[in-house]
Amino acid sequence: MKAIGIILAGGHSHRMRELANKRAISAMPIAGSYRSIDFALSSMSNSHIQRVAVLTQYNARSLNEHLSSSKWWDFGRKQGGLYVFTPVETSENSNWYRGTADAIYQNLDFLKMSHEPYVVIASGDCVYKLDFGKLLEYHIDKKADITVVVKDMPSEENIERYGNVQLGDDDRIEEFEEKPIVAKTNTVSCGIYVIRRRLLIELIEKANEEGRYDFVSDIIVRYKNIKRIYGYKLDSYWRNIASVEDYYETNMDFLKNDVRNYFFREYPDVYSKVDDLPPAKYNVGANIKNSLISSGSIINGTVENSVVFKNVYVGNNCVIKNSIVLNDVFIGDNTYLENCIVEAHDTIRANSRYVGEEEIKVLIEQNDRYSI
Amino acid sequence: MIKKEMIAMLLAGGQGSRLGILTSKVAKPAVSFGGKYRIIDFPLSNCINSGIDTVGVLTQYQPLRLNTHIGIGIPWDLDRNIGGVTVLPPYEKSTNSEWYTGTANAIYQNIDYMETFNPEYVLILSGDHIYKMDYEVMLDFHKKNGAEVTIAAMPVPLEEAKRFGIVITDENRKITDFEEKPENPRSNLASMGIYIFNWKTLKEALLAKAEQPNLDFGKHIIPYCHENGSPLYAYEYNGYWKDVGTLHSYWEANMELIDIVPIFNLYEEYWKIYTKSDRLQPQYVAENSVIEKCLIGEGTVVCGKVYNSIIGCGVTIEEGTVVRDSIIMNDTYIGKNCEIYKGIVAENVNIGNDVKLGIGEEVDNETDPHIYNHGLVTVGEKTVIPDGVTVGKNSVIAGDITAEDLDNMSLGSGKTLIKAGGKA
Repeated sequence: MKAIGIILAGGHSHRMRELANKRAISAMPIAGSYRSIDFALSSMSNSHIQRVAVLTQYNARSLNEHLSSSKWWDFGRKQGGLYVFTPVETSENSNWYRGTADAIYQNLDFLKMSHEPYVVIASGDCVYKLDFGKLLEYHIDKKADITVVVKDMPSEENIERYGNVQLGDDDRIEEFEEKPIVAKTNTVSCGIYVIRRRLLIELIEKANEEGRYDFVSDIIVRYKNIKRIYGYKLDSYWRNIASVEDYYETNMDFLKNDVRNYFFREYPDVYSKVDDLPPAKYNVGANIKNSLISSGSIINGTVENSVVFKNVYVGNNCVIKNSIVLNDVFIGDNTYLENCIVEAHDTIRANSRYVGEEEIKVLIEQNDRYSI
Repeated sequence: MIKKEMIAMLLAGGQGSRLGILTSKVAKPAVSFGGKYRIIDFPLSNCINSGIDTVGVLTQYQPLRLNTHIGIGIPWDLDRNIGGVTVLPPYEKSTNSEWYTGTANAIYQNIDYMETFNPEYVLILSGDHIYKMDYEVMLDFHKKNGAEVTIAAMPVPLEEAKRFGIVITDENRKITDFEEKPENPRSNLASMGIYIFNWKTLKEALLAKAEQPNLDFGKHIIPYCHENGSPLYAYEYNGYWKDVGTLHSYWEANMELIDIVPIFNLYEEYWKIYTKSDRLQPQYVAENSVIEKCLIGEGTVVCGKVYNSIIGCGVTIEEGTVVRDSIIMNDTYIGKNCEIYKGIVAENVNIGNDVKLGIGEEVDNETDPHIYNHGLVTVGEKTVIPDGVTVGKNSVIAGDITAEDLDNMSLGSGKTLIKAGGKA
């Protein structure tokens, strides 16, 4: 492959509410058995990008644990590897990453010491599959300086939360506005870029000299009239996770047949860390409707329109409705949950009742686990 | 210098012919078990959990599935710079070339492999039992007694003892005598086919008995060591141990996993069973489906009704279908409005709509009554069954089935229909 990969996994958002206390968005569990970063990592691995750096800063313990071995994505190679770069103190610098461009600047040696001519930059908080080989071909065909992956969003979507893009006739980007007050088009940036490695080094060094630290506003937006920046349209599933609502809906999307088939059964596969859990077990009293259940779980009650992650115990006479139950949760008997996201490692006492009324309730219940 | 205290040699070359069609194309250790596992996962996981990181796997019969499953041992953490897992098939030699003719002969032909690791002890295992065992505890027992050979043995009911090799011990568990399948057993300690040898003792015995045809541990090597005065001990094991040698015992062992608290518990944190998993997606359970008392593997889609069954990974069970008391292995597709009772459906099978399996009177199987019995209906791997077929009990069906093979779209109880071909 002619490209190396950079995954920006440092971000967090207050709109993730309590869920952000535990982990970076990139480490958010998705669809029962994945983490958000798996989608970027798997797409890179499946596109034969062999050297990948993950830049992380915010609450990275959970993410580091997930990336403790690179073999699940097939990166542990002599000709490549997976590198996790957190900010470090050096003789010249003792800052945290002050922005995405600064994060790359602080790891510029990784770029300088590579020999691949191109760099693919992606973020770790999106759910998608993408063939970066095709993206790179497009980039070369267009003789672009930078290619940005874009997607036409349905008009009901809240477009103002994304980077808004206006494409010209040959798909050259004419306008790029980050989180506009009023969006001019319904085309948004997916946060995935291709750029020549030498050009990236040049732009990043220049930005740093000028005290500019953000990749989107200080490089893409700033250079959009000077450099040849193109949009590559993505027609397949793509979703960004920035808020509890996004997170909830993304997971619920996997209850749809076409989304499930696209990610679970069609080539190429999405990989994740293997947990070696036994098959899911359904005892007498289990009653499951339109739900995803992951391995290691033991179900004794009712689960409806919900996503149940790994190693979850659902007690007798429980009713779980329209909810997401994250990894390693114990739910005691006779509990009723509706419109909830149950935080990982929770223990919910028997006879509890939690309902998300106006919005999705993030449920954090760290009780002692008395019986199992 | 390379040195390993104990290495394991895992005998995985047997066919396991009493599993009938299930082992027609795969060796018994590679047969699926408990939804996502294969039988060999149990001894391999026991090895790594007991701290043994060097395992030679002896293969001979239909090794393809086994080889792909083991690979370089990543799932069991057996991908090591030194040691790890090595698959050892029989090979051609300049003087004589032969297949593995017996359990000990297979080990004899791999003396060089064992020698590389310069071991103190060699653990001999077989790849066809379901159990969890800490071999390190057995090794401690072996060392403590100053034994040269330790045989793992478990107490069995006296009336069943005549089916096993029986060891007779003194009060210190030192073995005084053996009986192979005795009429009137003098003890109820049955050998489990798990041995720890001092490498020196084993090597000496293998070389001395090299010319013995069909060289076997139970029949030749152990008696030889005993006659030579080597101290032999029996290590008593009281946990769960299941020989899944016949279709019925295989079915039973699977069904036991479904109990609320099964005697063999896969959900324990500290003794994980590892396996190669190609899939990791969650399973999807549709509206209008019923699942009761089941184990279900990754990526399976259930739209029908499933009771008391073990379902593998990547299986699809369509709407209106009822599956009861059955084992459905990986990647099988079952169409709409089917009924399956006491079925063992192997991997990658394609079953059409309105198919009924395990229906009707119980009649002895016409060709192999000792294999296909207890009312089970068995479907071989990659079988394609078209819409509307009915199959009776104690029957077996395999291959690319068409209407011409059947009498009025039906295969009666006790019938055997094994064809070539099937799902690509």
